[in-house]
Amino acid sequence: MPETFEPRIVAFFCNWCTYTAADLAGVSRMRHAPNARIIRLMCSGRVDPQFILEAFARGADGVLIGGCHPNDCHYIEGNYKCLRRFRLLRRMLDDMGVEEKRCRLEWISASEGDKVKRVINEMVEQLKALGPLDLPGRFRDWDKEVAELEHAASAASAPCDCHAHKEEAAHA
Amino acid sequence: MPEKPKVAFYWCASCGGCEESVVDLAEDILMVVENVEIVFWPVAMDFKKKDVEAMPDGSIAACFLNGAIRTEEQEEMAHLLRRKSKVLIAYGACAHLGGIPALANQFSRERVMEWAYDKCPTVTNAKGTRPQVEFKDGARTATLPAFRNVVRALDQVVDVDYYIPGCAPTPKLLKDAVVALLSGKLPPKGTTLAPDIALCDECPRKSSKPTDVGFAEFRRPHMAEIDPNLCMLAQGFVCMGPATRGGCGALCLNGNMPCTGCFGPTSRVRDQGAKILSSICSSIAPKDEAGIDGVLEGIPDPVGTFYRYGLARCLLRRRVDIKDGAEVAAK
Repeated sequence: MPETFEPRIVAFFCNWCTYTAADLAGVSRMRHAPNARIIRLMCSGRVDPQFILEAFARGADGVLIGGCHPNDCHYIEGNYKCLRRFRLLRRMLDDMGVEEKRCRLEWISASEGDKVKRVINEMVEQLKALGPLDLPGRFRDWDKEVAELEHAASAASAPCDCHAHKEEAAHA
Repeated sequence: MPEKPKVAFYWCASCGGCEESVVDLAEDILMVVENVEIVFWPVAMDFKKKDVEAMPDGSIAACFLNGAIRTEEQEEMAHLLRRKSKVLIAYGACAHLGGIPALANQFSRERVMEWAYDKCPTVTNAKGTRPQVEFKDGARTATLPAFRNVVRALDQVVDVDYYIPGCAPTPKLLKDAVVALLSGKLPPKGTTLAPDIALCDECPRKSSKPTDVGFAEFRRPHMAEIDPNLCMLAQGFVCMGPATRGGCGALCLNGNMPCTGCFGPTSRVRDQGAKILSSICSSIAPKDEAGIDGVLEGIPDPVGTFYRYGLARCLLRRRVDIKDGAEVAAK
């Protein structure tokens, strides 16, 4: 692992609590690691598990979800829905070989700018210790075993636009 | 009389159920053979690979290919048939999504081999014989196709025009596809040839589906008597219906079993397993971690439950931390 590895975190923050907290951290001039790309959603209940898998598949090293504390959800139930999905998703990610620390759920209220700072800093340290996940790189590695035949075949016919080929073109 | 359109059937990593579904056309198969010429169908007719190689490129009107792609030979045949066919159809769950064979994407190639040739309790293999891609016996050499590390859906290896879902597809879907092919009225490329709506829509138990399910526990079908009229989810059984494409006529539900998801997702879903996980988990009753985990104990194997037919098409594709052995890369 190169020493300069800077983990990429995709952070899904709810509009009413955690995003506001991140805003507060900003206006309070708190310094925290710049590794999180924050995506604002209206509610942590909007975090579809597909988003999390896609973030990993597109190269995120970690995914952080931030929502309102229990009983504080702007939409009453959204954070509970998020928690329930998260509990099983994390078990499933573990079964798929994605380390537990790569996916984290935190309740951060609008006044907890310092918690945003602490959580992001902590997560960056943990991800640095884990190293890159680099799924796009792994996908390319896995598909090397079929690339040879594919090139032989595409030489014999018109170029195809199958999945492996597109992936390759996208990263060329 | 004009020449009949040529049709081919082929199988890769599959169980043979898809082939049976062709025979299941019953009397309708007469309509099929009357209107098309079958030029390749290894399971039923005596054609060889060299016969296919001798055909001009694009001369097969449609090829129905079932089964996932695991070996070098399957890849080669997929490429060959792609080249020879105007329309290539991924037929059945394995070609469409990876199917049951793709569940092996949870394990390394070495572990699959170890289980199949050694550890499995019904295997006797005192000499520890393993298949080799090449074996010399005196002057003769026997070869086997290479066994890849990853199980793939057909469209992860070659370009696919249409998908017919199901484990196995129902004869009706096949018949509709053949009729569409013959009439030339084909939908846009990439379409799955089945209704684009969740199974719940055609489920006879639809009216008993509660608005808020509120799971207090999950049960598995062998653990309780199943009410034949009540929504499976309302009874606490994991049913893939809400995240699975309809078009099967709710066959399993009519047989009093929950849907296991063989038709794959609708066009609006990118990851079937993640979507059903989302749908089912959000309806759990407890609100605290311990309570939620207690209910979730009823789903001991989320990957096997939610990706039973679709692990190759999961956004992660495969267990991500497998280190593929050097012996494999060397073929």
